[in-house]
Amino acid sequence: MKPTKRIMPLLFIMPSVIAICVFVYSFISWTGFISFTKWDDVLPNYTLVGFKNYRELFANMRFQIDLRNTTIFTVIFIISCLAIGLLLAILLDQNIKHEGAFRNIFLLPMAISFVVSGVIWRWILNPGTIQMGYTGINQLFEKLGLKFLICGWYTDPKIGIIAVDIAAFWQFSGYTMALYLAGIRGVPVELREAAAIDGANKWQIFRYIIFPFLRSITFGAIIILGHISLKIFDLVMTMTGTGPGFSSDVPALFMYDTTFRGNHFAQGASIAIVLLLLVSLLIIPYLISTFRKEGA
Amino acid sequence: MNRMFKTIVVLLVVMLFASVLSGCKKAAEKQPTGPSSKVEVSSWWTAGGEAEGLNALIKIYESKYPNVEFINATVAGGAGTNAKAVFKTRMLGGNPPDAFQVHAGHELIDTWVVPGGYVQPLTDLYKSEGWINSMPKGILDIVSYKGDYWSVPVNIHRSNVLWYNKAVFTKYGITPPSNWDQFFDVCDKLKAKGIVPFVMGTKEGWEAAHVFESVLLGKLGANDYDGLWTGKIKWSDPRVTDALKTFAKIASYVNTDHSALTWDEAGQYLLKGEGAMMIMGDWTNGWFMSVGFKDYGWAPSPNTKGVFLALSDSFALPIGCKDQENAVNWLKVLGSKEGQHDFNKAKGSIPARTDVDISDYNDYLKSAAKDWQEDTIAPSVVHGAAACEGWATEYKDIMNLFISKLDVSFTQNALITAAEKYLK
Repeated sequence: MKPTKRIMPLLFIMPSVIAICVFVYSFISWTGFISFTKWDDVLPNYTLVGFKNYRELFANMRFQIDLRNTTIFTVIFIISCLAIGLLLAILLDQNIKHEGAFRNIFLLPMAISFVVSGVIWRWILNPGTIQMGYTGINQLFEKLGLKFLICGWYTDPKIGIIAVDIAAFWQFSGYTMALYLAGIRGVPVELREAAAIDGANKWQIFRYIIFPFLRSITFGAIIILGHISLKIFDLVMTMTGTGPGFSSDVPALFMYDTTFRGNHFAQGASIAIVLLLLVSLLIIPYLISTFRKEGA
Repeated sequence: MNRMFKTIVVLLVVMLFASVLSGCKKAAEKQPTGPSSKVEVSSWWTAGGEAEGLNALIKIYESKYPNVEFINATVAGGAGTNAKAVFKTRMLGGNPPDAFQVHAGHELIDTWVVPGGYVQPLTDLYKSEGWINSMPKGILDIVSYKGDYWSVPVNIHRSNVLWYNKAVFTKYGITPPSNWDQFFDVCDKLKAKGIVPFVMGTKEGWEAAHVFESVLLGKLGANDYDGLWTGKIKWSDPRVTDALKTFAKIASYVNTDHSALTWDEAGQYLLKGEGAMMIMGDWTNGWFMSVGFKDYGWAPSPNTKGVFLALSDSFALPIGCKDQENAVNWLKVLGSKEGQHDFNKAKGSIPARTDVDISDYNDYLKSAAKDWQEDTIAPSVVHGAAACEGWATEYKDIMNLFISKLDVSFTQNALITAAEKYLK
């Protein structure tokens, strides 16, 4: 190959490489550096203190609650999105009328910003009280005679984070549906027909023909949903804030509070790094497997 | 391979130079040229009476200095948290506004004064404008550090006010409680009638901490309450335990949905007569007016008669502000009788100066202004006067956890640890 032919593509790629290096990787390293310093006030203080910030962070009661919350949130979020998305995709695959319309309806929540859906769900799940009357979904339950379903939603410290989850998987189930639908449609028709001729019933076709095709999609969806839920901030911020006794608090909220309200810049940076590590636990296996495929 | 590498390096160097040069050019353009005709003021007053008050001040400023363009740099939301985040970035980046809103007291002093090099002392301005004589000692103490004054207080709010629904009190023949025993008697009486005795909204995470500072003040008195924040009184004091226990008892009389509500949403209970009492700052008075509710009464929160738990919004002058003269003029407007009168009338607070004519203010404000002159003044912690932001934030977090767990000894230990951390 001529040298110019090699250089041209590199030239085109250069601006974005530089931009990413500056605006992503240099800032990550800067944050990493800050997390080892003593910057505990508005005034920057670059004295290195080793892992002190991390030790204090993991001993912090609010952060412990946050880690628990974010684990519960992520697990429920991923499982619900996958289950509901798959169910919707299977239903849509049944050659129903107006499939396009349904597809759009299910996908639409994803087009709404987290801030908007946070406010809406705050109203929907606002429990109200016995004295003042129930509001939102509790009122609906009351009218339908389903009083046993009435609960405190995000005001109940035991299930606060799960209430936020409802809003989150409402928003992202449509997305996994779209992924799965594409996956199901990607299964060659001949395979299905061949299976049908061999006498497989509908369930068996799904179980032995379609599901294996969906494995990589599921894997990709877990990565995408997982990193969304680990980094979640705006939805929780607008919907519940930190919640009673931090029952719906997440690390990103704590990071914002401690940095900009409490001036603990180093602690904020160490939370950011912990979040980055959590996300990389998800992303790195994915990247490795992708590279292997491309290499092969 | 080698040539390719060289070409890339050359390109990178060229781009680096280009960016540095363009950066220099921009920086050069930013240099002020001659006397400027602008003043940029940052605050978090964007809505309701606060915004009206700010507009009243701007109106006075513009009529006095018609050639100066006023840039109103407000940031909404988060009870000032968002504005403070933006402001801190600007301050650290060396591009401060000309004047900025900050809670008077430790929020300003520990954050910006103690490190040095961020804000200018205003002692000369205080002297030339005569504010030393027109403001009470309590507030002068709050805004001063090492003999200098650091910000100009525009308004005063009181934190320790017990609001009640008069109709409910009259109906059941109750008088406002002045100590905790009476308070709990009243609570029992009201509870038996099916009324929520004490109304609270804790959604935003600071409200419980707000109520608790009044409880603390009631249990320790002005002097020892102050001592908690200066280190003279230990947080392991049995009276702190007592305060926590009292607060836990209060929590058993609170509306069950408190964590879903902001303080004003919870105030709806009071408005509708479903709830009876609430401890909240006196912006509640402005809120009552704005929703057209008249049937309310007020008293100092239990055991705090004669003490004024104060907080104040103030403005400070950053070092390196671009329009020094205009900014100083802005501070003069803030401290003037006219400015204090118009601003506080719109916002529903009282002037920090004691010589402002407030005959056209409403009844609550008149009584508060009277207390302001006579009472002992103590600093509020939740609203930035008593402790640095880090401590205040941690205190709020601890109380937010307390209100859902009600674990007295755990909470007291957490408070002790926090105090040890910030008092060293």
